[in-house]
Amino acid sequence: MSDPGARVRGVATEPLIHARGLVKRFGSFTAVDGIDVDVQPGEAFGFLGPNGAGKSSTMRMVGCVSPPTGGTLRILGMDPRRDGPAIRGRLGVCPQLDNLDPELTVRENLTTYARYFGIPRKVARQRADELLDFVQLTERAGSKVEPLSGGMKRRLTIARALVNEPEIVLLDEPTTGLDPQARHLVWERLFRLKQQGVTLVLTTHYMDEAEQLCDRLVVMDAGKIVAEGSPRELIERYSTREVVELRFTAESQEGFADKLAGIGERVEVLPDRILLYVEDGDAALAAVHERALTPASVLERRSSLEDVFLHLTGRTLVD
Amino acid sequence: MLAIAVGRRALSVSERNVAALKSAYWLVLLSGFLEPLLYLLSIGIGVGALVGDLTLPGGEVVAYAAFVAPAMLASSAMSGALSETTFNFFGKMKYMKLYDGVLATPVQPFEIALGELAWAMVRGSLYSAAFLVVMVTMDLTTGLRALAAFPATVLTGFAFGALGMTLSTFMRGWQDFDVVGSAQFALFLFSGTFVPAESYPAVLRWVVELSPLYRAVDLIRGITTGTSGGHPWLDLAYLVAVLALGLWVAARRMGKLLAK
Repeated sequence: MSDPGARVRGVATEPLIHARGLVKRFGSFTAVDGIDVDVQPGEAFGFLGPNGAGKSSTMRMVGCVSPPTGGTLRILGMDPRRDGPAIRGRLGVCPQLDNLDPELTVRENLTTYARYFGIPRKVARQRADELLDFVQLTERAGSKVEPLSGGMKRRLTIARALVNEPEIVLLDEPTTGLDPQARHLVWERLFRLKQQGVTLVLTTHYMDEAEQLCDRLVVMDAGKIVAEGSPRELIERYSTREVVELRFTAESQEGFADKLAGIGERVEVLPDRILLYVEDGDAALAAVHERALTPASVLERRSSLEDVFLHLTGRTLVD
Repeated sequence: MLAIAVGRRALSVSERNVAALKSAYWLVLLSGFLEPLLYLLSIGIGVGALVGDLTLPGGEVVAYAAFVAPAMLASSAMSGALSETTFNFFGKMKYMKLYDGVLATPVQPFEIALGELAWAMVRGSLYSAAFLVVMVTMDLTTGLRALAAFPATVLTGFAFGALGMTLSTFMRGWQDFDVVGSAQFALFLFSGTFVPAESYPAVLRWVVELSPLYRAVDLIRGITTGTSGGHPWLDLAYLVAVLALGLWVAARRMGKLLAK
């Protein structure tokens, strides 16, 4: 697949991240089970999946801290086994759990981290100030890390990941555990990075996050990739255009499923409601009323990535 | 080129510790210096008054305090290096998750080990330098001998730092450090520190002479007292070997623990 961004940059068409049959095993447990991934320059690429799907293990391999058990992996055209330090020097990593330095101040966390990349002190100080401004933490520059809120720590971790002006930024569940305000602020900052041409690779199990940020994504389940495409493509392929949610007053929704059969492409019965996957919500609703069924409440909505996700990975809780 | 990059990255790890230096740390540093000094005063001088002079294997006769002082010097280099590479290093690795963040940068496990060790050595050397000044002012050695002994104390710190780091990678939790503390105290008591190794029964003497602290004491004592009864080359080789092996094992173990 030719990517215009790659050609403009003058680099060969080789993707920034290239994985074929990538495997990660921990003892007898296979966390990542032979995945193929290509990430192009300037792209925002997402790994979606339930907990334990292998997203974080994949990220750690891409981040060159966890050696692959099998398969091919090339990052920035280099081999992680041999060129680990050189690759990591051009990556920014925002791990799932903040591992900021609790003995340093907010600003020192950035300047010290910059030194690990060999960035001169003066440049480090200058960049730290710019980044604190970028993530709106300038006022807390002299504070210790511990009293910061979850959202502030996350923003600081993101700022830290940018201190070496990376070409690829890896974000492992960047907004998990944040309140809505904090999430939107993080999204807005990530969107700005994307506009600056930084390649973003993120994992998430928030569908709105994936729809907001990702140009392309893969859905992982049990270590394998089960679907790939843009959010729009995935919705088209694995769901219908619209979804009608019906609630009936009877204790059990089960009995209504038969009566609804034939309306739309698929009928899904949940304990508290019935979902109709349809092309046209209004037409479907008219059909429901024609059958003399009167649900207590009706919700017509566009199909979302969440429908795709639940369809592909099931509704059973995996932990 | 490679050596420069390794050195630069190791130094950035030490640099972090300088940035983290806060006022409370100075108290810790002070107590590490005071401990051997108190031993020197109480046992070297106090008990020394009862013991009188000692005849060393080389035939030289020295005051008991001059015999004990270099052992206290070696012990303080040991404990300075050990406290940095056991408690502090373990805390950073296991609880602060500091190195998880560092390993996402170009810095590699070996360079973290090297950088932390260099820092431990700075701390150990501070103790040693201060203690040597005390020894000179108390007339337990000469200024020139003190200068010559300093590099030997640095090597001692290096060797014990590497050893401590290796131990830390095998620790399961804080409770394991009690064992390290006891072992350290046993070394402190029985490494030819207060009594010449020659006064132990033959079998025990071998055990004592195998202890790394004994080798450090033997080396430093030879220098500060100007006596010739020890085996300085053997001591040097032994300490360098402990350093190299410790560093190698620590880096390998860290790679295993952190780069899963």
